[in-house]
Amino acid sequence: MSARIELAEVDKRFANGVDAVRALSVVIAPGQFVSLLGPSGCGKSTALRLIAGLERPSAGRVQVGAAPADERIEVMSYVFQEPTLMPWASVIDNVALPLRIEGTALRPARDRARQALAAVGLAGRASAYPAELSGGMKMRASIARALVTHPAVLLLDEPFAALDEITRQRLNDELLALWSEQAPTAVFVTHSVFEAVYLSQRVLVLSGQPGRLIADLPIALAYPRTPALRLQPQFMQHCRNVTEALECGQLATAETRP
Amino acid sequence: MSRPRRAAALVPAVSAAAALLAWEAIVRLRGIPPYILPAPSLVVQTLWNNLDSLLLSWLYTIKITFGALLLALAGGVALASAFALSRTLERALFPFAIALQVTPIVAIAPLILIYVDSTTAALLICAFIVAFFPVLSNTLIGLRSADPNLQDLMTLYGATRWQRLRWLLAPSALPYLVAGLKISGGLALIGAVVAEFAAGAAGRETGLASRILEASFRTEIPKMYAALTLVALTGIGIYLASNALSRALLGRWHPSGRS
Repeated sequence: MSARIELAEVDKRFANGVDAVRALSVVIAPGQFVSLLGPSGCGKSTALRLIAGLERPSAGRVQVGAAPADERIEVMSYVFQEPTLMPWASVIDNVALPLRIEGTALRPARDRARQALAAVGLAGRASAYPAELSGGMKMRASIARALVTHPAVLLLDEPFAALDEITRQRLNDELLALWSEQAPTAVFVTHSVFEAVYLSQRVLVLSGQPGRLIADLPIALAYPRTPALRLQPQFMQHCRNVTEALECGQLATAETRP
Repeated sequence: MSRPRRAAALVPAVSAAAALLAWEAIVRLRGIPPYILPAPSLVVQTLWNNLDSLLLSWLYTIKITFGALLLALAGGVALASAFALSRTLERALFPFAIALQVTPIVAIAPLILIYVDSTTAALLICAFIVAFFPVLSNTLIGLRSADPNLQDLMTLYGATRWQRLRWLLAPSALPYLVAGLKISGGLALIGAVVAEFAAGAAGRETGLASRILEASFRTEIPKMYAALTLVALTGIGIYLASNALSRALLGRWHPSGRS
């Protein structure tokens, strides 16, 4: 299950005058894994919130599946940079929350949550509280919560930015495995070139504020991708291309600034 | 109880015992007369001799204190929830809450005693006025301090108002409510005692404040101390009870419970 995402000439200007996104037009095919890459403050998180329907565009149109994003006819999930777990609830109840909101009874919701936890390797910690977990485990629980509903769209906002490099690479692999199993349309915001190339079929590069699309680069590397890929020349070549696009964008932005 | 925790509990007991011993020693060695400062042993003896009347008064004060605290809890939480739902309501009513809070209760108590026939009801109202504000303001802050990302998550999954309240806002507000309750518990006792002082010692149904007043009219200093001891013990009991409640409700997940 997956949904098509379309942004058509989307502008987002906040009430405080910040111009976050300008004239952004993108079509993301169902089941595609796309990364949004750009310097900090370039509006990538805003773009993600627009797709989630948590923000409304100032101009243009955001469509998820057959309807505008904020009508939410498709099941969407969101993974934040922080694990964003409820500290007062056990891990399993945190993961079961989206199902409970949907109206699933406690017992079946917990059963499905247990399966989702097993998929991220946290089966043994179901009754622990978030404060009792490490940073990587909390993020795994957060991903389990995002996938427990089998979403059509999976949105990830720099989910691994606060983790150490080893945990981050392991979680990248786990995320790819889960994505290929459930095949939702995935949009991954990051400021790491390597992470974007390693994960995605396509990297969208945004310029600095206001965020504009400056490059749309396909990553022609086969799945499943394994850690060995990071050392191969094609991988390096893609990273170089993305880095160049990123730098061109920053140059261009710097030139247009008064 | 583990060994370090038992040791930690022992420290305040030892320091309290040491203070009482020092008090007793100073009174005896210096020969301070009991109408100026009675020794702790005399206070205990006086307490024992007047046990019947003091116990009845004590029960009355406890009744007022906990009655007011329950009212404050119910009223504070209800009003905070209403304010959390409507900013307009908050703007309209919050000034009244603040006015009640900042006006000293001794200044309002005589009026309430005039307006309300039953002394018990009047005392209850006074203690409530003093106790409810911390519950109100803390709960309101708590309801508004829910993690914005979790708020977004609720929106994303299409949670109803009730689901949001039950699964996000109420648990977020709980630590704040408990902190407010800790303050309100002490204030309810102060309100109950102060209002009774304002009411004066009269009638059959009276609390510890009336015993203190009576004793002071008759310059029975040891009896004043005996009643005062009961007031202090009540306050300490409320403090310990609210700490226990806090641990029971927040123990496993909130940083305050994991010390």
